[in-house]
Amino acid sequence: MVLNTNLEHVKTEAEYKKIISENENVMICCGRMGPMCVPVYADMEDLRNDYKNIKFYDMLFDNPEAHVIRNLPECRGFMGLPFTVYYKNGKVVKATSSLQSREEITDILNSVF
Amino acid sequence: MEKFDVIIIGGGPAGLTAGIYLSRAKNKTLVLNEGVIGGQMSLTHEIANYPGIDSVSGYMLSRTMQKQAEKFGCTVKSNIKITDYKFNENLKTITVNNKDVFEAKAVIVATGGKSRELGVEGEKDFTGRGVSYCATCDGDFFQDKEIIVVGGGNSALEEAVSLTQYASKITIVHQFDHFQAHQFAIDAAQNHEKIHFILNSTLSSFYGNQSLEKVKIKNLKTNTEIEMPIDGVFVFIGYVPQTKPFENSLKLNTYGEIISDERLETNIPGVFVAGDCREKKIRQITTAVSDGTIAALNAIDFIQNN
Repeated sequence: MVLNTNLEHVKTEAEYKKIISENENVMICCGRMGPMCVPVYADMEDLRNDYKNIKFYDMLFDNPEAHVIRNLPECRGFMGLPFTVYYKNGKVVKATSSLQSREEITDILNSVF
Repeated sequence: MEKFDVIIIGGGPAGLTAGIYLSRAKNKTLVLNEGVIGGQMSLTHEIANYPGIDSVSGYMLSRTMQKQAEKFGCTVKSNIKITDYKFNENLKTITVNNKDVFEAKAVIVATGGKSRELGVEGEKDFTGRGVSYCATCDGDFFQDKEIIVVGGGNSALEEAVSLTQYASKITIVHQFDHFQAHQFAIDAAQNHEKIHFILNSTLSSFYGNQSLEKVKIKNLKTNTEIEMPIDGVFVFIGYVPQTKPFENSLKLNTYGEIISDERLETNIPGVFVAGDCREKKIRQITTAVSDGTIAALNAIDFIQNN
């Protein structure tokens, strides 16, 4: 079960753990192919060229193993897709719920990484 | 300064279609796009009424249109914000956020529209934490919860009915005492046992802690306010054209839509308009594509004759 995007997908909890532990800066967008999620994937695809120091991934919200993101304390109270989480050295440094504009995303990338 | 034959502002279906036509006709063409390529089209989960294509996601159709334009030589620049522009009859210059300046003989404005927000206290704070603009995306977060749907058009009423599969109670809050929706949508909402109505009213503020907990509802006739505990609010109050940067140069109607003639040329010679940002009644992907075609062919005509 993966998303129909050109991003690299996180498919399992094991992969998720490996990715955030082996990469300094990681952004994971956990959602579906819906109207609020798709623009974020598209922005991430474009931003890959400008932010070579960051690894960009998506993860299907309905994948049972996405509990690793759905159940993060930082995502408590979230009621809008996608859940977008930013990790530095394996730790969550920022999490957002629902659609974020490209400007909002780049503001976060510039401030947390 | 980089010179082009035509600059297209906006990378939705209107802008990308214009890019395809202009580039294929060997015009040096630049698409400047502020948001996501495809615009509102990219937000559509499934497009099933685009002739010749059985079914496709808006995301994939957007990417295909972009590739098609680029294949013909069109330059597409995303993540661009226009900071200044000068539209004269003979020459148009556009400055963008990284200080690059582009020059062209003709411009096509295809900036589209975006969902209208209520613009009241707390709305931004609780977006994604109880406030939503997409029923299909976020509906299942509200299983057995009480929610409000704001609006009185087709989208509001149809989405309210679709949300009944999740929510235990839905209150439609609408600013008038009548609806703008088609009668079948009104009937479906009015006949549903889970749906209730508060008319002549609007939401004036949102409150909560980690997530939305209550709203204030203002009666627009009596100016009185009541508080209502609520788990979620879905807002469907239409779209606004993205034309504010052009209000001092291009003629707009009272809705902020750019006025054009039949050739889609604005009040400035060589500045054309296409898609949802122009004055028109029907807004579909197919009509945006049609606009892009007309604007492109007339831009070519303008360049050849000036």
